Amino acid sequence: MTALQEKPQAAVPGGPPPRRRGKRATALAGTDKLVLGLMLGIPAVVHLLFVWIPALGSVALSFSEWNGIGGFEDIEWIGVGNYVEIFTEYPRFWPAVQHNLIWLVFLLVVPTSAGLLLAVLLDRELRFSRVYQSALYLPMVLSLALVGFIWQLIYTPDGGLLNSVLGLDKPVDWIGDSDINLYAVLVAAAWRHTGYIMLLYLAGLKSVDPALKEAAALDGASSAQTFFRVTFPVMKPVNIVVLVVTVIEALRAFDIVYVINKGRNGLELLSVLVTDNIIGEASRIGRGSAVAVVLLTISLGFIITYLYQVFSKENRT
Amino acid sequence: MTATLERPAAKANKRSVTPARIALHVFLVLTCLMTLAPLLWAMYASLRTYEDTSVNGYFSLAESLTFENFAKAWEIGNLPQYYWNTLLITIPALVVTLLLSSMVAFGVARFSFKFNIALLMLFTAGNLLPQQVIVTPLWRLYRLIELPVWMSESESLIDSQLGVILIHIAFQMGFCTFVLSNYMKTIPYELTEAARVDGASVFRQYWQLTLPLCRPVLAALATLEFTWIYNDFLWALVLIQDGDKMPVTSALQNLKGTFFTDNNLIAAGSLLVALPTLVVFFVLQRQFVGGLTLGSTKG
Repeated sequence: MTALQEKPQAAVPGGPPPRRRGKRATALAGTDKLVLGLMLGIPAVVHLLFVWIPALGSVALSFSEWNGIGGFEDIEWIGVGNYVEIFTEYPRFWPAVQHNLIWLVFLLVVPTSAGLLLAVLLDRELRFSRVYQSALYLPMVLSLALVGFIWQLIYTPDGGLLNSVLGLDKPVDWIGDSDINLYAVLVAAAWRHTGYIMLLYLAGLKSVDPALKEAAALDGASSAQTFFRVTFPVMKPVNIVVLVVTVIEALRAFDIVYVINKGRNGLELLSVLVTDNIIGEASRIGRGSAVAVVLLTISLGFIITYLYQVFSKENRT
Repeated sequence: MTATLERPAAKANKRSVTPARIALHVFLVLTCLMTLAPLLWAMYASLRTYEDTSVNGYFSLAESLTFENFAKAWEIGNLPQYYWNTLLITIPALVVTLLLSSMVAFGVARFSFKFNIALLMLFTAGNLLPQQVIVTPLWRLYRLIELPVWMSESESLIDSQLGVILIHIAFQMGFCTFVLSNYMKTIPYELTEAARVDGASVFRQYWQLTLPLCRPVLAALATLEFTWIYNDFLWALVLIQDGDKMPVTSALQNLKGTFFTDNNLIAAGSLLVALPTLVVFFVLQRQFVGGLTLGSTKG
């Protein structure tokens, strides 16, 4: 809420720079220093120990050969061998990369445009607007694992909703056919993702200064022109958030394919290749970690973009 | 929370019914129905008997509607135990996450020190990492950390609910810290300044002054985090091996085998698992939406 309220102020060109509150130097007494140190230190240690150290651990293990069960003395350091293997020999790697890419492109195109369209439609005085919004947000609260279960009832070849509605002579096996199951799953994932995008864009649209739109209208711009030339560019911060959220979502995708068929037969994803080494058949920690590092590298690129967007105040438009 | 999301309803302004308006409503109603369709379909299937659907197929009028499948899923799926497991994980994780992240947020929002922004960035970035980047070393780390039996039957963090709670706390802290620090920065600095002049310790400024002012945002975050931790699938799947300790979302996987052929039972089970989050959504929708908005629109 407040983050939104701050924005218009910051948007005034030539206005006073945003005040940096709470940054005054304060001399602290000894006890206070200790208390503050603990208040920051304990959470930081927990976060580092369980998030960042394991992340670095993945990088280290990616240069090793290890089954993960034995002690650390069993670790054999083999340099970049795992990377060479996943890029050249490992048959599931490139299909997984391709599926993750399709996942990303699909999410960037379908739910993003649907969410944006719905946000634009709902961003006006409209009767029942709350009801519409509730219905559209609803899938967001379901876990992706549950989404997988619920959509299987639609896709199942024996009496599923989709085949019945289409009334085909020969029922299509939406989940079992490796040529189409990725897209079937993506529709389900998009179903859940659209509400979130709509929410982000609705908030973004509310924060656009109405004076901008009025000025454009006065200059004779049509509403489509106003949207594409004025409103959409002004929403750049939201667009970046949407991009980052979608990329991360695409890289994390796991639950839904795992409950459907454990990520096999056309549903291979990078996340599945990593997890298979712990709970699946393979137990090659080094190779799995190399895949994890690929994930880490891609995600860091977008995380840094996001941090730059969020933490550089000058960048606010 | 949603004050910014809802424009004041213009009741007095009776608009004329234009064809464009009607088309808009028709479009929105259809979209909403399509959005709800999968859930309604699952509900319909769950209310029918196996005999009915195996004879008539799913795409037919029900002969009769019954809650039998829900009772069966509840019992066969051993749902009460799994709900309890989820509760054991969700509530402590939620409370500690909010507590720790509000402390960090207070520190970075209220005091200036060298690593102020760097610390906040670290937390924010950590929350955005794909879980798979962390999971393998974490799984191994958990096997290394030994615990007394009273803390974990397995005598280590692996296969223990404590381990799942810990990773939820560590992972979710990033988002909460980010949102809370943004919120705290908007509280007038003069408030804590005055308290400080009056001799209030740092902890009192945090606990008695700042936290009560953050109630709305804490409520929003609690709603969101409840849903997210409840919905977690991966952490429990990897870090817990004993099926009896699984939270309800991951235990769904077990149900699938049990109910293999009976889709009606699967539908009922899925809806029962979805129920707590659906209730939270309907009761606390403002908090849910408000929390997500807060978390992502800091431009």
